[in-house]
Amino acid sequence: MINELFFMNGYGTYVLSAFSFTFLSFSALYLITRVQFIKEQNKFVAKFGSLNSEKAKSAKSQRINKEILANATNN
Amino acid sequence: MFKLFQPNKIFQITSKAPKYILFLFVIVLSIGLTEALILSPEDYKQSDAVRIMYVHVPAAWISLGIFSSITFLSISGFIFKNKNFFLISKSLAPSGFVFNIIALVTGSIWGKPTWGTWWAWDARITSMLILALFYAMYLIVWRIYESEEKVFKITTFITIIGIVNVPITKYSVDWWNTLHQPASINILSKSSIHSSMLFPLLIMTAAFALFSLLIFLMKYNTELIKIKNKGLDRI
Repeated sequence: MINELFFMNGYGTYVLSAFSFTFLSFSALYLITRVQFIKEQNKFVAKFGSLNSEKAKSAKSQRINKEILANATNN
Repeated sequence: MFKLFQPNKIFQITSKAPKYILFLFVIVLSIGLTEALILSPEDYKQSDAVRIMYVHVPAAWISLGIFSSITFLSISGFIFKNKNFFLISKSLAPSGFVFNIIALVTGSIWGKPTWGTWWAWDARITSMLILALFYAMYLIVWRIYESEEKVFKITTFITIIGIVNVPITKYSVDWWNTLHQPASINILSKSSIHSSMLFPLLIMTAAFALFSLLIFLMKYNTELIKIKNKGLDRI
């Protein structure tokens, strides 16, 4: 059964390499996008941390900034 | 109406959605893979090689769909002077490009057992390669130019020229004698594909669409945070 699944009447190499290439492309794209996202998020948190209390308060008044900080602590 | 789609308002949704989309993608992909690799029947002519269709066709459909969306959004962004449209286009492009490459590579792998060659300068294959070049140009322009205005103009120009290639790709198999088979699925008329193969194909298309949505949301959120990072520098 397992042999049949991999052999696929002699086309296994073609079929499995097509599926593997797709899977690898998906994984690479996901990882690259995720790394870029985390990098920007960390940059934001670091920049936010360096603001003085008045500037931080003003920045925090924007809902999107609050959301980014909340997401960063959840991740 | 465009105010509803302002980044500040939709970030709350776009930042939380990826984890749910990822979960749904894994479920749909698992069903799709089981159907495509195990349950669906082999073809009477191509035997098991037909299973490559379940990754090749959805990838080609989605790459064409994304390029059409990018063109529509770029033109709309230009007409309505809406930067968010350009941001959405920019976030869609990487997954469109990767799907295009997947369609080309899996098509080439499929070509070897069915046509006896890895590559042919056939109208459908060549037009897909041209589409990949347009995607590459689009992505490179975003990387090399600093001025937003310049990027908006050049990327819109690239998409307007590139969109001409989309109907050529779609109808190339009808207009010219090609190695590539004609379309088996028609929205307006009866499809020539059996339901036992159509079902896994649609499931895999749904899985690929979810993946492109996931990448789009992650990329879009990254772009929004980049803008906010610049905003913090100005405080």
